[in-house]
Amino acid sequence: MSQTSQFCTFYLDKLLFGVELKGVQEVIRSLDMTKVPLAPAVVSGLINLRGQIVTAVDLRRRLELGPRPPGMLAMNVVVRSEDGAVSLLVDEIGDVVEVNEDTFEPPPETLRGSVRTMIVGVHKLKDRLLHVLDTEKACQMTEAAENASTGR
Amino acid sequence: MSDSDIVQEFLVESYENLDRLDRELVGLEKNPHDRDALGSVFRTIHTIKGTCGFLGFNKLEKVAHVGENLLSRLRDGQLTLNPELTTALLGMVDAVRQMLKEIQATGQDGEVDYPELRENLTRLQQDGVSPVKPTKSPAHQKVPSSTRERRITPAHMKAKAKALSSAAALEKRAGKKRRKGVRLQPAKAAISGRLSEPPIEEPPPKPGPVRAGEPVISRTDDVLDAQHTLESRSCDQAAETIRVGVNVLDKLMTLVGELVLARNQLLQISNTVEDASLQAVSQRMNLIATELQEEVMKTRLQPIGNIWSQFPRTVRDVALGCGKEVRIEMEGKETELDKTIIQAIKDPLTHLVRNSVDHGIELPEVRMKAGKERSGRLILRAFHEGGQVNIEISDDGAGLNVDRLRQKAIEKAVITAEQAARMSEREIFNLIFLPGFSTAEKVTNVSGRGVGMDVVKTNVEKIGGTVDLQSTLGQGTTVRVKIPLTLAIIPALVVTSGGDRYAIPQVSLLELVRLEADEVAKVIELVHGAPVYRLRGRLLPLVYLNRELKLAADANPAGATDGAVNIVVLQADERQFGLIVDQINDTEEIVVKPLRKQLKLVRTFAGSSIMGDGKVALILDVLGLAQRASVVTVTHDRALTDKAAESAAAAAEKQTFLLFAGPGDSRMAVPLSTLARLEEFPVRQVEMSGSQWVTQYRGQILPLICLNAVLEERRHKQRALATPPAPDSPPIQVLVLNHEGRSFGLVVERILDIVEDRADVKSAATRPSVLYSVVIGDRVTELLDIPAILRNAEMSATPPGLAARAAGGGN
Repeated sequence: MSQTSQFCTFYLDKLLFGVELKGVQEVIRSLDMTKVPLAPAVVSGLINLRGQIVTAVDLRRRLELGPRPPGMLAMNVVVRSEDGAVSLLVDEIGDVVEVNEDTFEPPPETLRGSVRTMIVGVHKLKDRLLHVLDTEKACQMTEAAENASTGR
Repeated sequence: MSDSDIVQEFLVESYENLDRLDRELVGLEKNPHDRDALGSVFRTIHTIKGTCGFLGFNKLEKVAHVGENLLSRLRDGQLTLNPELTTALLGMVDAVRQMLKEIQATGQDGEVDYPELRENLTRLQQDGVSPVKPTKSPAHQKVPSSTRERRITPAHMKAKAKALSSAAALEKRAGKKRRKGVRLQPAKAAISGRLSEPPIEEPPPKPGPVRAGEPVISRTDDVLDAQHTLESRSCDQAAETIRVGVNVLDKLMTLVGELVLARNQLLQISNTVEDASLQAVSQRMNLIATELQEEVMKTRLQPIGNIWSQFPRTVRDVALGCGKEVRIEMEGKETELDKTIIQAIKDPLTHLVRNSVDHGIELPEVRMKAGKERSGRLILRAFHEGGQVNIEISDDGAGLNVDRLRQKAIEKAVITAEQAARMSEREIFNLIFLPGFSTAEKVTNVSGRGVGMDVVKTNVEKIGGTVDLQSTLGQGTTVRVKIPLTLAIIPALVVTSGGDRYAIPQVSLLELVRLEADEVAKVIELVHGAPVYRLRGRLLPLVYLNRELKLAADANPAGATDGAVNIVVLQADERQFGLIVDQINDTEEIVVKPLRKQLKLVRTFAGSSIMGDGKVALILDVLGLAQRASVVTVTHDRALTDKAAESAAAAAEKQTFLLFAGPGDSRMAVPLSTLARLEEFPVRQVEMSGSQWVTQYRGQILPLICLNAVLEERRHKQRALATPPAPDSPPIQVLVLNHEGRSFGLVVERILDIVEDRADVKSAATRPSVLYSVVIGDRVTELLDIPAILRNAEMSATPPGLAARAAGGGN
C-alpha cells in the first residue's frame, strides 16, 4: 500500500517539479553551451559532460512556461533517457523528496495540450503540489515540440 | 558460468568453421578431387559433431553425423562430388547454422531435427555404392580407409595434428569441468558413448575425449614425433592471435578518442605557455597518442575478405537458381576496413553481387550467341586510394541499355523528357539508384522489385560513401563503391561562423580561397541574386554559412569583420560550391560523436565533437548543407514572393535588357538572357497553322505571337488577329525567345536598343503580361512577363470561333 518513491525536485517558474531519482544521473551547475542552429527551440544546445556530449533541453520552453528571466543561470539535471543522457535545464534545484503513493493524483481534465503528455500527475505535498515529469516524453522532440519552437 | 562459456566458445568457433565450409564446398564442386579440401571439410564437420555431442546437443549432432558419413565416403573416393551432393551438403551446413542460432538464442538446439535432410543425405551416401548400411556399421567400413590414410603425406599429418589440438581443447574443457566439480561422469560417459558409435575413420581425435579425465602424457607416447612437432607448432600459431571481445575494442576506441581530445587540449596549453619541458612532454605525448590511435584503429580493421568469403556461396546459389554459370574472382581481399564499416557495407555489397548475377550476367546460351564465354565473370576488387577504400563489383554481362533506362525513367515520371535529353549517360545510369526504379524485365525473388539499389545507395551514403555505376552495353557493368576507412576519428577543418565553431570533414574539402576586402565587391558576382565566384574561369555558387544556419542576422553580409572573405570550396555529390565563413581556424583530428535523437532532424549536421578547449563543436554535413542551400534558393524566394522589396544585393545588380517599342509608343523590355535571336521575316513567310500564326525557322515551325494582340484588350486583339499583314508590308521584327525549352517568336513593332542598367526603380505592373515597370535609361519601361504572355497566347488560340474568324480574315 504505502509504496514510496524518491523524487529529485526542481523549480520552473515557481512551480515545483520532480523526476524520479533513479533516472537522474547528476545535477550540475550551468555549463558552457554550444548552440545548435536550425534545431528545435527547445534544444538549448550541446554541453560537454566529461567527454560525453549531452543535449540540453530547455524545460521552460518545453513546458510552455515562458522564457527564463534574464540573468538567471539555468541548472542542469542530467537524466538518463533511452537515447542516452539528456540535460534538462531548470531554474533552481530543490530537495530530494520521498513521497507516498497515495498522495498521487493524475492531472485534472482541464490540463490540456502537449504539456499533458509530459506531466504524469501530481503528488499532493503538505504545502504545495509536486508535478511529476515524464522525462522520456520531455526529451522527445515530437512534432508538437517542433511547432511550439517556431515561435522563436 | 563456465558451461555457458564453453558453449559460447563452441558457437564462435563453429560459425567460423561453417563459413569456411561454405567456401570449401563451393571450391570442391569445381575441383572434386581435391583431397586436402575434402579432408578439411570432413574434419570441420567432425569437430562440430564431436563438440556438440559433448555439450549434449543431440539433434545437432544427428544432423552433423549424417553429413559426416557422406563426407567420409567422398573423402575415401567412394563417391564423387556433384552438384546434387554439394547442394545437399550446403543444406546441411545451413541446418547446422540454424541450430547454432537456436542454441545462441535459447541454449537449446531446437525442436527441428531435419528428418528430410538427413534422409536425403543418407540416400545420397548409399547411391552408387554397394548396399552396405553405413550408418549402422560405419566402423566396419572405415577401418581400412583410416589405415590407408596413415600412409598418406604430410598434409594429412598436419590434419591429424590439428585434430589432435582440437582434441586437446576438448580435453581442456573437460578438465575445466572437473575442476569446477561439475558432473564429469555423465559427460565422460557421453564421450565414450560417442566413441563407440561413430566411425573410427579419424582415429586421433577420438582418443582425445576418452582421455579427458586422464593425464595428457599417456597419450603422447603412441603419437608420432612428427605429429607432435606439428602440434606444438600449431599451438604457437594459436598464441599469436587471441580473441578479444568487440565491446573491449569499442571501449578502447572511446578511450583513445578521449585521449586524443586531452592531447589536443594539452597542445593548445603548451603553445601558450613558455615552458620547454612542458613542450617536450606534450610533444612526446602527441607522438604517443597518435601512434596509439593508429594501432587501436588497426585492431578494429578487418580484411574485406571476411565478408567476401560468403559471396562464392551466394553467387553459386543465385546462379543455380536462374540457370547461369558464374565464376567469381576477387582481388584485394586483404584490403582492410573498420569493423563498423565492414558491417555496414555487407548488405549493400551482397545486394550488388546478387544483382550482378541475377540480371547483369546473361544465360549461357545468350552469352554463347554474343560470342562470349559460357560462364560469366564476376570480379570483386578492393583497394585503397586517397584515404578511402574503393570496392568495385564488375561483371561481363549484358550491361545497361541507356535508351531503355531513359525511356523507363520518363515512363515512370522520374524525369521529364527534356531532362532526359540533357542528362549524360552516366547520370542516366545512376538513375537506377532512385527509389522504385527497376530495370529488370521480370521480377525474380532475387531482385527486380525496385527496392534495393536505392537502399544500397542510402546505406553507403550513411557511412559517408558514394556509389557510382558505369556500364557498356553488351560488355558489362561496374559498380564502384567508395567508402571512408574509419568513421570514429576524422581529420576536419575547423571554421568559425557567427561566433561558433564548426567542423567540416576534410574529405569534402577541395580548397580554400581568401578574398581581400578591396576585391570582394568586384569578384563576387550575382546571377540574378545568387552570389557566385569565378574560380579558374568557372562559376562557383556561394553559400553563406551564417545565412544558411540563420545565425546572427546583423552579421556583415560579406561574412568577415575585416571585410575579407574566406571561401571554403566544398564538394557535395559531384557538385562544387563555396561556403563563406567568418574565419578559418585550423585542421584538427576530431572524434565524431553522433547527434542524439532530438537533433537527428537537423540534416545540416553530421555529428558533434569536443574541441581542444573542451567546448562542443558541430560537424557540418556538407551534403545536407548543400541540399538545404539549393532547396531554399535565395533567388527564387526573393524574385517571386518579394518583388517590391528586392534585397540590396539583388538591386545592385546590373542587367542587360533589350528595348523595343510597344503599342502606343510605350517602351518595353525583356531581359537579354531570355532572348535567343533577333530575326526579320518577310510577311509572305508567315503562314497559318490552325489558329496560330507560324513561320518556318531553321527547320522548325516557330509559333508567332503578336505583342500588340497580347497586350491590347480583347476586342482589339480580335481585330489584330483578323488583320493579316499585307503581303507588300515591310518585314516583321521578331524576337525569338526560349521559355522552358520551347521557342516562340514575339512580333514587335520596332526594336530599339540593348542597354545595361541597374533597373532599381520599380513600380507594380499596370496591365497583364507585364512583370513590372522599371526605369531604364531615364525612361519608364515595361518589363514583359514572358510566361504570362505564353499562357495568354495559348488561351487565345483555343476559342474556335475566334480562330475561324482569324482564318477567314486571312483569306
